[in-house]
Amino acid sequence: MTAPTYTRADFQTDQEVRWCPGCGDYTILASVQQFLAGLGRPREEFVFVSGIGCAARFPYYMNTYGMHSIHGRAPAIASGIAATRPELSVWVITGDGDALSIGGNHLIHALRRNVNLKVLLFNNQIYGLTKGQYSPTSEPGKTTKSSPYGSIDYPFNPVSLALGAEATFVARTLDMDRGHTQELLKAAYEHEGSAFIEIYQNCNVFNDKAFIQLTGKEERVHNRIDLEIGKPVVFDEGAKAIVLRDGSATIVDSSSVDPGAILVHDPTRPDPAVAFALSRLSHGPYGPTPLGIFRNVHRPTYESQMNAQIEAAREKLGDGDLSKLISSQGTWTVKEASSNGG
Amino acid sequence: MADQIATADPSTTPSETLDRVVIRFAGDSGDGMQVAGSRFTDASALFGNDLATLPSFPAEIRAPAGTLPGVSSFQVQIADFDILTAGDQPDCLVAMNPAALRKNFKDLRQGGTLVVNTDTFDERNLAKAGYDKDPLDDGTLDGYRVIKVPMDELTKEAVKDTGVSGRSVLRSKNFFALGLLAWLFHRPTEPTIEWAQKKFSRTPEVAAANVAAFKAGYTFGVATEAAKITFEVKPAALRPGTYTNVNGNTALAWGLIAASRLAGIPLFYGTYPITPASDILHELARHKNFGVRTFQAEDEIAGVGAAIGAAFAGSLAVTGSSGPGIALKSEGISLAFMMELPLIVINVQRGGPSTGLPTKPEQSDLLFSLYGRHGESPIPVLAIASPSDAFELTIEAARIAIKYMTPVLLLSDNQVANGSEPWMLPDVDAIAPIETEFAQHPNGPNSTFLPYMRDIETFARPWAVPGTPGLEHRIGGLEKEAITGNVSYDPANHQLMTDTRAWKVANIVDDVPDLEINGDEDADILVLGWGSTFGSIRAAARRVRLAGDKVATTHLRYLNPMPRNLGDILNRYDKILIPELNTGQLRKVIRAEYLVDAKGLNKIAGEPFKISEITDRILEMIK
Repeated sequence: MTAPTYTRADFQTDQEVRWCPGCGDYTILASVQQFLAGLGRPREEFVFVSGIGCAARFPYYMNTYGMHSIHGRAPAIASGIAATRPELSVWVITGDGDALSIGGNHLIHALRRNVNLKVLLFNNQIYGLTKGQYSPTSEPGKTTKSSPYGSIDYPFNPVSLALGAEATFVARTLDMDRGHTQELLKAAYEHEGSAFIEIYQNCNVFNDKAFIQLTGKEERVHNRIDLEIGKPVVFDEGAKAIVLRDGSATIVDSSSVDPGAILVHDPTRPDPAVAFALSRLSHGPYGPTPLGIFRNVHRPTYESQMNAQIEAAREKLGDGDLSKLISSQGTWTVKEASSNGG
Repeated sequence: MADQIATADPSTTPSETLDRVVIRFAGDSGDGMQVAGSRFTDASALFGNDLATLPSFPAEIRAPAGTLPGVSSFQVQIADFDILTAGDQPDCLVAMNPAALRKNFKDLRQGGTLVVNTDTFDERNLAKAGYDKDPLDDGTLDGYRVIKVPMDELTKEAVKDTGVSGRSVLRSKNFFALGLLAWLFHRPTEPTIEWAQKKFSRTPEVAAANVAAFKAGYTFGVATEAAKITFEVKPAALRPGTYTNVNGNTALAWGLIAASRLAGIPLFYGTYPITPASDILHELARHKNFGVRTFQAEDEIAGVGAAIGAAFAGSLAVTGSSGPGIALKSEGISLAFMMELPLIVINVQRGGPSTGLPTKPEQSDLLFSLYGRHGESPIPVLAIASPSDAFELTIEAARIAIKYMTPVLLLSDNQVANGSEPWMLPDVDAIAPIETEFAQHPNGPNSTFLPYMRDIETFARPWAVPGTPGLEHRIGGLEKEAITGNVSYDPANHQLMTDTRAWKVANIVDDVPDLEINGDEDADILVLGWGSTFGSIRAAARRVRLAGDKVATTHLRYLNPMPRNLGDILNRYDKILIPELNTGQLRKVIRAEYLVDAKGLNKIAGEPFKISEITDRILEMIK
């Protein structure tokens, strides 16, 4: 059988896409559809699972199998799919409220188990579908409808959180950089196990320009730190570099250090400490912020271990025999003529 | 051979033959009373008695030793006829310490046999149990047959050459008590000895100590003629067949495995540990060679979530919990209902609300099961009547879930889950397969797939699993347009879909067998039950009949939809009694749905009905 040839249109559905005009979700949808079309893998083998929120409408627009489930639970539901059908490619589409607030528990546990899921977290740092409350990634002091005096919540750094859960693949990209997004989608797809990608996604209605420091023509030159595998971590046209100092990743002037002291990016380090240090360079898209793959390590997937146990049990005990099972606690037989006479 | 102690003449002590006897083992929760009770039960089962058991243990794993909250007990009734419950009152009580005596003595039948471990009756333990004076000497026990045994000392002596030491020595005293009871009730000894040797094969010294203590207990009875009289209960004339002794949790787990085989799809169990449902997980996790996948989720919500995912992907998906956990799963169950996916939800009820009485039986989740979800979301509800009913009804739950593409709630409770009774093994090859067909081909115009195109008879939508070419589709919690399954906010469509989902579930009544009347069809009074009260109601009715009065009983295993002939039956009787371990939940439903003046007998005390409680209420209503 030859691989099917697809175009982006093959992954589009007949449903009208209903995000606000100008929403970053459109760009991400296009990136994902284009990426999948390029794989040449039968589209019936893809499953997209989402929770609730603007991002969660995503599966309706993907001509694959899909489920628009309940708030926060997509990683759990997707775990059930991936655990029982390892041959499928299972994707979770989620947002900052869905993944980090109501569904925080499911996210970290799916990541630690290393279920073969690709989690795309659309982080717009605001609640969009409920019309503009602060989210668990909103910056401190943010004034919203639910925080007229400014938010007093300390925000999550999603990459740090995923690394803390010891996710085997952790990355960050930007909605409007389709090339970069597709590069990371490819790496996540090829990774065996949980892959977590935080996608900075602009909400032009409730939180416009939240990522301007990374997207603005002027600003991005100074702030975007591209993590390139095997290369020294430098940015700002080479003027700035990252070194490890006192256990932290620190920004220095490239000219002030020996080139050998500059951190060479290696996401395959077994210990997540350096990746974590990189994730702490910024606490949100403010100032110099790393994009790219923070971590990409190998650990057996949940489902491969689950299936190995089943195979081992079958090998050792043979395929289950129902009659034997229900007799396994000892039996006794009452004969036809049996009567105690008493 | 050393194991052949049972062939020895059980001394010259005279014996009396009884038709039934109730025995309760009671001790500290570290004293191994559940093990002693289970072993006594298994030996009796293999001997051929009918039996029923009722374990009772504290919610704390190890409450402070010697205290009243730390008392754990196991009650078993054995009989030479088909009994229905573990009995109201023990005829024989084993009390391993003062707390066990204090907590259980009031239940012992007047003049019954008391076996007591005198070594624990020191000042400290007496004080912990709240005794001012030693009840062994102050006349409290007058009128009872008391067997005083220094069990600690005798156990130490018995195990001294087996290699166990330190605290392990006294761990065998439950086997000493068991040995003594084996003598007292003429139980076969081989099953217990074989069990101990197999169970502790990895620690031979523990196996040897337990066997030695067991034999010492038996020999103590023989040698000292510890009782003036011993008791025999002959085998019961059960229906011909092969039996095993099983508790409800185990039988339920086996039913799930069987259902997966019958449906030809793998079993997935997504769950979070909770008393008293965890043993279902434990049992399933052992049987991976049946292709069983167990998923111990991060919480209850993830348990149902993962099961929903597995259902979408084509497994026989199951989630299990107890009341508080089901509350957490409620949103997920509604999602499964909306998406019309097959899912079995097991609720092993316990005393509530909140953490309530986590190790005690109660039937207080009925209304919650029938109505406890947001939106209009009726789902089928089935309730297991007894441990021997669990296997069959679990398969039935799976059959309904798959045939009608719906979540099904399967109710059990702590009494069914942990109680045990003989179960006649079914011929597994003769059980009808569960027809399971995944959609393979487009069902709409232009090779489109319509995920909400329904079967004309069952109203079920097709089950199209990921990986099937040409059937790519999306489902979700938003209201669906009829047939296409596209998101729809159309008012008329929501009405239609709400009605259709309700019709679909109501229509399951075609698969619900008519209720049968047990007892006197022409009685004036009908006793209606559901769930674990089955045994007590039947036994109570039997007593009423023995006393010369007429009574009919019937039992609901299907709570939604209810059997078609229920209305007719209710109208045939002048008086209707509904005993429940709640404040009247089924009664409320019956009165509302059938407009009959049903009366209740309601108990919410963390224990099953005594047969006498139901008998008294029936007689009171007859008069």
